[in-house]
Amino acid sequence: MFQFDKTRLDLAREFRATPWGEHSPDLQYLLSLMRRPGPEPYHVLITDRPGERWTLATMQPGSKSPPRRTNMVFTDLRAAEWHVFRLRWARLAGEELPFE
Amino acid sequence: MNRVMAYCDRWTVAPGETVRFMVSCLGGTSYTAQILRLKQPDAGPQATPFAPEPVDAPCNGPHDGRFQAIPIGSFAVVPAHPALAPAGSFTLAAHVFPTTPAKGRQAIMGTWCEVSQTGYALEIDGQGRLAFRIGAGPGRVAVATAAPLSTRRWYHAAASYDAEAGAIILHQSPCSDHDFHPEAPATATAPAGFAPGAGGPLAFAAHSAGPAAGPSPWGGLAFAGHFNGRIDSPRLCAGVADAAARALLATDPLNAALAASLIAAWDFSRDIPTETITDIGPRRLHGSIVNLPTRAMRGHNWTGRETNWTRAPREYGAIHFHDDDLVDACWAPDFAFTVPEGQRSGVYAARVTADGFDFWVPFFVRPPRGAATSKVAFLASTATYTVYLNNRGRFLSLLTERYQGRVMVLDEIDSLLIEFPEMGLSTYDRHSDGSGVSYSSRHRPLQNFRPTGRHWNFNLDLFIVDWLEKLGGDYDVITEEDLHTEGLALLEPYSVVLTGSHPEYDSLAMLDAFEAYLRRGGRLMYMGGNGFYWRIAHHPAREGVIEVRRAEGGVRAWDTEPGEAFHSFTGEYGGLWRRNARAPQRLAGVGFISQGFDHCSYYRRTVDAADPRVAWMFAGVEDELIGDFGILQGGAAGLEIDAVDPRLGTPPHALVVARSENHSNTYELVAEEVLIPHGATDAVINPDIHADLTFFETPGGGAVFSTGSIAYAGSLAWNGFDNNLFRLTTNVLERFKSPMPFPLPK
Ligand SMILES: [Fe+2]
Repeated sequence: MFQFDKTRLDLAREFRATPWGEHSPDLQYLLSLMRRPGPEPYHVLITDRPGERWTLATMQPGSKSPPRRTNMVFTDLRAAEWHVFRLRWARLAGEELPFE
Repeated sequence: MNRVMAYCDRWTVAPGETVRFMVSCLGGTSYTAQILRLKQPDAGPQATPFAPEPVDAPCNGPHDGRFQAIPIGSFAVVPAHPALAPAGSFTLAAHVFPTTPAKGRQAIMGTWCEVSQTGYALEIDGQGRLAFRIGAGPGRVAVATAAPLSTRRWYHAAASYDAEAGAIILHQSPCSDHDFHPEAPATATAPAGFAPGAGGPLAFAAHSAGPAAGPSPWGGLAFAGHFNGRIDSPRLCAGVADAAARALLATDPLNAALAASLIAAWDFSRDIPTETITDIGPRRLHGSIVNLPTRAMRGHNWTGRETNWTRAPREYGAIHFHDDDLVDACWAPDFAFTVPEGQRSGVYAARVTADGFDFWVPFFVRPPRGAATSKVAFLASTATYTVYLNNRGRFLSLLTERYQGRVMVLDEIDSLLIEFPEMGLSTYDRHSDGSGVSYSSRHRPLQNFRPTGRHWNFNLDLFIVDWLEKLGGDYDVITEEDLHTEGLALLEPYSVVLTGSHPEYDSLAMLDAFEAYLRRGGRLMYMGGNGFYWRIAHHPAREGVIEVRRAEGGVRAWDTEPGEAFHSFTGEYGGLWRRNARAPQRLAGVGFISQGFDHCSYYRRTVDAADPRVAWMFAGVEDELIGDFGILQGGAAGLEIDAVDPRLGTPPHALVVARSENHSNTYELVAEEVLIPHGATDAVINPDIHADLTFFETPGGGAVFSTGSIAYAGSLAWNGFDNNLFRLTTNVLERFKSPMPFPLPK
């Protein structure tokens, strides 16, 4: 069974280089694990200006409350994907990724 | 802060006709309205700037507004009648199949009025137990409570008021379900030293809550206590029914032994396609359903010998009610727009604005009835828009990100849908009790039918409009709604008909119209992916209400329950057209093969591109790769993609002139192609996954061009419309407009 391994920094680097598009099998497993629906709040992006600016927000699964904005604003969706990946990595690993 | 939401009564109007708008202010008392013609989507800096064209109209400008509530939740109702308030003892009975018995108090059947505390009601109480209550006013209410109900099991429930004994009695009898569930019958009694008061109308699955303060779904009343689950064969008779009489009420209400006492016996298996509930008892106390609970549902007596309700209606006497059914928000109209004579056909919208918050209400202006004003028609995918309306479930868990491969992006209007669940559901959702949503209506405020927000369906189709505008704006706009009712006559005047990016849902009448059009020399540009996929049924009386039964196969958010694959509106077998022997490949050459939402790819020219039959298509198009760019995730091939398949009906002379490649892991083979799970189903390993740019001639001198990709339209405007995909697509349009017939190849 695939399990999270915080020494697999190669997968984080692969994701940073290619957030969308073809992934190695292990990166795809890791993303499936990170995206497992559960009871915890999850991240979404709120469009401030189409194609130009987005704010990171959190949502409660099944919630009737609209997303709660964070103070993180992005002008690039790749940067937003990487930021969310880092947050998820930190939660699974119990520590931050050792690189930006 | 004031916000605003709105909807309109018609999606298609001709010059001289009027569209009415219903508006609700969320925190204010005014808004402004503006009629606009839409020429492109709001798609960011890489796209044509979003510049809707203002249309002069008397309704433009400031308006007074107010909040209008949405009366969500289905029920059935019989108008008040003296016979429904018996003078002495009486018994009511029904088969009941609760799906959320623990959600709180729910009404099953009765005349109970929550405001006056009068009438009688079979209910589920706050602890999930079957209950019977009667009331003669505040403080004069008696309740008998039987046993907890299990979820998704049938019971026969019978409740009596015994005037002589001054008591109420409740019998709860579990029905056998081919399992060994340890349930026992239960009986409960309670003293009742008064007769029930008159109450309200007799309602099923809700009780009346007095006059409605805002929009009313029926009779000026508000309704509450909505029940989730099925009700089958409800009855009402005079006297206290003994065991033998209760058995007859359940199975044979017209038996002579009940002739002197029967008041009403509603048979929900009658008139299934309609909104009528029929009383086969002596007084014919017919009623109606409200907010479209699901009909043609398996009853308590379903045997499985027949799966088509039209052939065994007696086994389909159940109606499934949901507290989140909604067919019409019933708002009062606020303003109207009469399309001026001479107004050009096109895509239009009313924009209503409050405190800087814009809400869009699109509609389509067709050419004057019986006339065409261009050789080119853009066929708006109104059927697909309808079934997708208010797709709420996609926002509510990480599952969406898991299959889409991207962090979800939403905006303030999407937030409205999350905040106001009473806007209702789409056929991509499940009801609050987990059952699939099979009906969708456009008569309510709509979150995902607008020129802004996520590029999907209507919004994405505006890229096609953008291209047609770039070419000079010589096109008419027609709709699938009209195609369903008018058939071939709607298409006939046009040399070319262009679909939207995702014309996924078709009625039989729509498919037949396409086929007849093509056999008469018509030309079809199928400008999308996953088209012509599901069969739908239109409501027999209400415009803009569509049913989908997600039977057997296909990529689907829910699946039909056993024996429920036939549409209630038409009796037609639902599911994929592929499973009705009309696979999309027969009409368009290509059919759904995969979907993925993280990254779009490109097409590579094939050897077929050199065929002299398509030389005109490639004039000025020299590149090996087509559409390796685009506003939608970087390429023209993606989101949902289609491939040829001779087994499924691609004609042997079809040319695949370009084929996509290099799709990502999120592109999985569609479920109907994976009979034995084998793991090699994503595009990284599976060679069957590709979009096929396809062309073929039809016998009457017509032709079909299919892009086989939803993302395709998002590449037309790339680089200021200076790109190979724009040229290729424009070549096709120009050639298709030409009266010169296409000869069938030898
Ligand atoms: Fe779809």
